[in-house]
Amino acid sequence: MARKRRKKQQSIDKLKVSEKKKRVNGSLGGDIAIFVFLCLLGAFMVFPLYYSIIQSMKPVEELFVFPPKLYVLNPTTNNFSDMFKVAASSWQVPLSRYIFNSVFITIVICAANLFVCCCAAFVLSKCKFPGSKAINQIIVIALLFSSNATWIMSFLVMSKLHMIDTYWALILPSVSTAMGLYLMRQSMTTIHDSMVEAAKVDGAGLFRICWQIVVPNSKPALMTLIIFAFQGAWNIQGGALIYSEELKTLPTVVQQITLAGLARQGVTFAAAVVLLIPPLVVFLIAQGNVMETMANSGMKD
Amino acid sequence: MANNSDQPIIRQGKWKYTWHMMKTNKACYAMLLPFMLFFTIFTILPVVMSLPIGFTNFNMIETPKFVGLSNFYTLFLNDDVFLIAVRNTLIFAIFTGPFSYVLSFLIAWLINEMSNFWKTFFTFVYYAPSMTTSVYVTWQLILSGDSYGYLNAILMDLGILNAPAQWLTDTTYILTVVIIVQLWMSMGAGFLAIRAGFQNIDKSMYEAGAIEGIKNRWQELFMITIPSMGPQLLFAAVIQISSSFTVGMVGQNLVGLPSTDYAAHTIMNHATDYGSIRYEMGYASAICFVLFAAMLLANKGINWLLGKYLD
Repeated sequence: MARKRRKKQQSIDKLKVSEKKKRVNGSLGGDIAIFVFLCLLGAFMVFPLYYSIIQSMKPVEELFVFPPKLYVLNPTTNNFSDMFKVAASSWQVPLSRYIFNSVFITIVICAANLFVCCCAAFVLSKCKFPGSKAINQIIVIALLFSSNATWIMSFLVMSKLHMIDTYWALILPSVSTAMGLYLMRQSMTTIHDSMVEAAKVDGAGLFRICWQIVVPNSKPALMTLIIFAFQGAWNIQGGALIYSEELKTLPTVVQQITLAGLARQGVTFAAAVVLLIPPLVVFLIAQGNVMETMANSGMKD
Repeated sequence: MANNSDQPIIRQGKWKYTWHMMKTNKACYAMLLPFMLFFTIFTILPVVMSLPIGFTNFNMIETPKFVGLSNFYTLFLNDDVFLIAVRNTLIFAIFTGPFSYVLSFLIAWLINEMSNFWKTFFTFVYYAPSMTTSVYVTWQLILSGDSYGYLNAILMDLGILNAPAQWLTDTTYILTVVIIVQLWMSMGAGFLAIRAGFQNIDKSMYEAGAIEGIKNRWQELFMITIPSMGPQLLFAAVIQISSSFTVGMVGQNLVGLPSTDYAAHTIMNHATDYGSIRYEMGYASAICFVLFAAMLLANKGINWLLGKYLD
């Protein structure tokens, strides 16, 4: 049975491919020119990323060679282990604590953001009640005011709520994001109303409909939400919000190491790479889902 | 749902009816509550609060005193640095706003012409920089001011420069340098939305277009592609406005706060300066309010501009 289905899928895929090859407009020359252009510009985009990875693996003898080499002769992991030593000797807090902070905050933010946005998006897309229209419009406008625009003013709010220098100051502002709700809502509106109605007839409550029917059917949006939440949370800098050393996140510490200057290059780049890799991997895994969700992101009002 | 039983209530007046609907939809509000709670505290309240606090001289310690329009008066008439910041922000906004928007669009279009594997590959390549906030150390290395900075070394080898240029501290270069790094990082969610918009277009539209006499990629672009992805373009525009008006972090990390002679000082930097260094919250609020107002205005403008592509 499964084999039969696979065969069918293959033949469908073949159909798609042959359709693809039969391009209507455009020439081979144009394709090559576009490819070359994309490669050149892409090289500019990737070079700093590539180079910091290379740089983080270089032993000391190679780090300061001039002119710089674009490859490593003897890759080491010394820089990464040095990173732990530097952090421990400079601030009396082991690096693992910073890593724990970042991982903890990231997990909490992702989970909370997902829960809160799914609930709200479901209600806003599938139910009509007084005020739903107004809230929808506010969300669209609020897309403008991302956290990097409002953080000074929210600093004021947080200091009034006595949240400065606690985990809450890092976690709570990222829980409700207009972007997350918006993307989730857009993809949930594509789900048929009849499914929701059927569940209602069967006697399911709103909460159950949301988590057993609507959310499992919008997996791509869910993945996208996780990716955006992850990127945001992983890159959170304590800044003015946190001043106890043991509560600081990894990006803050990386910046502190960087401030020591380019003399400590190996460690700096090792730290930068540790920060860089997780978002890239997460995005790479879920790219297909992201594209599917973003296709629904359009604004029609 | 409960249409029949609602009849007598409607007669009693609109407010009663609304109240009734609110009561029947209690569950909806309950599910909306957690989101709205945090959303109000951390997004709506900060934005709305910026105006009233802008009228005071709040400094986090003393009770705020009402000072009328004096903050705004100082801001526009007496604060030279703010005017520099406005100028810089506008320059930034043009490059990381419209310029980067068109660039995202062009790149997304070109990527869309590739085969499937290359589509995935290039999307990743172009989106990757925006996911990283830590790689500016590489830029510091490349743009380092001595003759061992990579850019200096290359340019001196080629004979274009005689002496190393201070890319990060010389006021003639700072703005350009920060703009380039900002552009490098600017292919974010907006770019993804446009990419997805391209993928969303029905292939048969192109075939129909070819029959109608469309000859090349340019005509395809202007007659089919752009008109059919208006919603995504609008979404991308909003994201772009949001990020281009609040530039500042990159500059702050790369050339310091404040930069030499305020050469890369943006409104956001100015607000950070007053808000989290000098703790003159009243003044910082006034700055933020001006920024929010400008963003809303730009949003209105974009809506009007792209409005004809929306049905």
